[in-house]
Amino acid sequence: MKDLAEAALNAAQVKGAGYADVRLDEHVQQDIIVKNGQLAAVSDDASEGFGVRVLVDGAWGFAGSARLNKDEIDEVVDRAIRIARASARVRSTPVNLGSPVSSRGSYRTPLERDPFSVPLSEKVDLLLRADAAMGAVKGVGIREGSMEFLRQRKIFASTEGAFIEQELFESGAGIEATATSPDEVQNRSYPNSFGRHQGSGGYEYVTAMQLDRHGQRIGEEAVALLTAPQCPSGVKTLILDASQTALQIHESCGHPTELDRVFGMEAAYAGTSFMTPEKLNHLQYGSPKVTITADALTPTGLGTFGWDDEGVPAQQSFLIKAGLFVGYLTSRETASVLGQQSNGTMRADGWNRIPLIRMTNVNLQPGDSSLDAMIADTKDGVYMETNRSWSIDDKRLNFQFGTQLAYEIVNGKRGRLLKNATYAGITPEFWNSCDAIAGRSEWKVWGLANCGKGQPPQTAHVAHGAAPARFQHVKVGILK
Amino acid sequence: MKSMKAARLTEEAEVKDFIDRLLQASPATQTEVMVTEWDSALTRFANNGIHQNVAERDVSVRVRVVKDGKTGVASINQMNEKAAADVLKRAIAIADLQSKGEVVPMPGPAKSRPVEAWSDATAEATPEERADFVATICSKAKRAGLNAFGAYSTGAEQLAIANSLGVYHHHRSTEATINSVVMGESGSGYADRGAIDVRELDKVEIADEVIDKTQRNQNAQPVEAGVYEVVLEEYAVAEMLEFMSYTGFSALAVEEDRSFMRLGERITGDQVTIWDDGLDASGLPTPFDFEGVPKQHVNLIKNGVAAGVVYDMMTATTEGRQSTGHGLPAPNTEGPFAVNLFMQPGSVAKPDLISGIKRGIWVTRFWYVRIVHPKLSIITGMTRDGTFLIENGKVTRPVKDLRFTQSMLEALEGTLAAGKTTKLQIGEFIGASRVPAVHLKAFTFTS
Repeated sequence: MKDLAEAALNAAQVKGAGYADVRLDEHVQQDIIVKNGQLAAVSDDASEGFGVRVLVDGAWGFAGSARLNKDEIDEVVDRAIRIARASARVRSTPVNLGSPVSSRGSYRTPLERDPFSVPLSEKVDLLLRADAAMGAVKGVGIREGSMEFLRQRKIFASTEGAFIEQELFESGAGIEATATSPDEVQNRSYPNSFGRHQGSGGYEYVTAMQLDRHGQRIGEEAVALLTAPQCPSGVKTLILDASQTALQIHESCGHPTELDRVFGMEAAYAGTSFMTPEKLNHLQYGSPKVTITADALTPTGLGTFGWDDEGVPAQQSFLIKAGLFVGYLTSRETASVLGQQSNGTMRADGWNRIPLIRMTNVNLQPGDSSLDAMIADTKDGVYMETNRSWSIDDKRLNFQFGTQLAYEIVNGKRGRLLKNATYAGITPEFWNSCDAIAGRSEWKVWGLANCGKGQPPQTAHVAHGAAPARFQHVKVGILK
Repeated sequence: MKSMKAARLTEEAEVKDFIDRLLQASPATQTEVMVTEWDSALTRFANNGIHQNVAERDVSVRVRVVKDGKTGVASINQMNEKAAADVLKRAIAIADLQSKGEVVPMPGPAKSRPVEAWSDATAEATPEERADFVATICSKAKRAGLNAFGAYSTGAEQLAIANSLGVYHHHRSTEATINSVVMGESGSGYADRGAIDVRELDKVEIADEVIDKTQRNQNAQPVEAGVYEVVLEEYAVAEMLEFMSYTGFSALAVEEDRSFMRLGERITGDQVTIWDDGLDASGLPTPFDFEGVPKQHVNLIKNGVAAGVVYDMMTATTEGRQSTGHGLPAPNTEGPFAVNLFMQPGSVAKPDLISGIKRGIWVTRFWYVRIVHPKLSIITGMTRDGTFLIENGKVTRPVKDLRFTQSMLEALEGTLAAGKTTKLQIGEFIGASRVPAVHLKAFTFTS
């Protein structure tokens, strides 16, 4: 593999690249789905290939192929160079990567139990036990449980002398119960929605979830939601559970602080950002309780690694400090525009894609409250838990989210279960209304394995450390 | 027709030989092999210049085996003898390691009707041609004092599927798409096009559309939220249809009581007729599905009445009927999926759709649409890149983008007219829709 990488870099330089990097990537993924008491799907997918990124005349070209041999490397390098020359005909300003990056080393995800060494029967058995727990609840119509395991071995090498080998592991699992009536479809899932809760690590990450102990509860909640009253419409105090807080961070802080979006590089697809450079160090993004970091060193985070896909070391940086907007997620190219160094967030979702600025682990720092204390201190509010739908405008200002479950809060006490709960707001107004965040004991790292960006589309696996949080004067109950 | 080699794809005979050898080598009771190979390129531009420019060649070999009532699926992205042995071994190992489960039946042989979806010009498109196309949009935008953003892609693909019951189908296709957002000081516009043949994409026409929209959408002022009559352009209509397909047009969604489809009942206005047809060459045709079943025409909503849903092998077997050719690749627990959607056009010229509107909203496109309530077909999302106020039959001014929260069926219940022309909208991940613009009586904007 090292020989192929060197051959690609040499060829690129000989053919005129001012800079080149090559990524060789081998990816293995196992997926297991149990549905309604049956093993419904097991698949084992493998992909390998390489991608060559070159700068010629200050413009980018990239080509990738699944055929790992010397002839193909020559052809792919030729293709990348030709593409870069075509780019140079219509470029605006030449790309400046800033200071050279010559990282060397290796990294492996810390893990206790290699998920690919765990027998299939053990995994299926756990899912079936959780399925049975959901199935014991009368009225649950659809039960589904899934696991996913990933192993990625990748090499990054560049003409600046970088050479990095990484072996990354992810493990994830989740269960979901669905109940229906003539007018309703209600889902409850655990630990998170949209399939799974996922993290970097081994099978221990899955066993720690204790899926089988939560099946009955979510089944009962799904059935109870069918006859629960509708979440009332109004302006109320809103308390979010940690997982919904994580998604709120993702959509309204993670994405708008991506510097490529700010510069318009995603304008025709994912959109732009309201967090433009003149607001840096000036915008009071949130209340003083709100501090958010990008931290690729967070244990078990899906955005945890040794180096990003430009060879920049994993690191922690501040995005929001005591409510003030202080930093971006950056790449070498975008950071140099602001006279900064990259903070190491460039990741590609495979050998056949270029790296883009992606969230690492964008974490809301824990506060000094607790969920119980927040509820006790709320007169008229709603508690919402586990995301059900999410939508936000192309500048990341106007959002509307829905959750699977909600409870009314009346005079400091949790009241009735509510269905079809939604809330909406404008990003800085919302975060400035944050008056309480739970402490470290309720803080947890939530993995999101479905973050879309880029053309051709890429799916990033990112994470958010979050705890339950409270927001004032929020519009809730938007449902025609 | 030139060879597949020009498009960097393997000759069909070689693919078939690879599949045949894999099928012969399998010790399983039943074996299915699906090969997808593609070569694609995409040129992305921002601020009137190319900033990303990529190409890839890849293949997927997916093997499903059924052995003693147990199923295993494995895939690999290499097409050689070693890879074939490896992927087969892994699929068998998965089947061997499990207890008996539900087996999705494999179809027997049936003839699929070939449909042309290939263009040499698209397959052989060069980076220089893509750069020239993009340069036209960028230079026109620049001359107008605007900034252009977007992506232009060309690609070629072949799909072959076979099983040990004698099924073999092969289809090759090309696709070219362009989308562009153009921005001014205080507003933006949007346009996109898609085609099988890249020569059908007119760079001047799309540049003119997006620039005109941008120039008309400057200095938008807010308008109060509420219920408005609307004209939805084809971009928005296609997105709504895709969400209807995702949540309601599948037999599994009906079986699991998740769908808004109440078969035989009127669920929208009687002007609405929607169908799926994988063989219609004016869409993005594919003659068979990912289980190797030939595609059938399926009426989904006919004159407002819920007429049918699409089936794959599993849902068809459950209901004792034939698959309509809408299966997804194994293993699939999501059910069948309608991906070749058509909506019947009306008789009104698109610009005339506003003529009877006293006060309404013109929507260019939707953004970030998500399902709020699947059974009531409620979605939420934003308008983007050109939202305008209509007063007394005329577009009078641009308005700030609005959030909507709206039942799709209720919106279509109030269909007052549809445009007489249709536009092909190629989906982001799979499939395409051909739809007209529509005039709806009521649409709810919530902020």
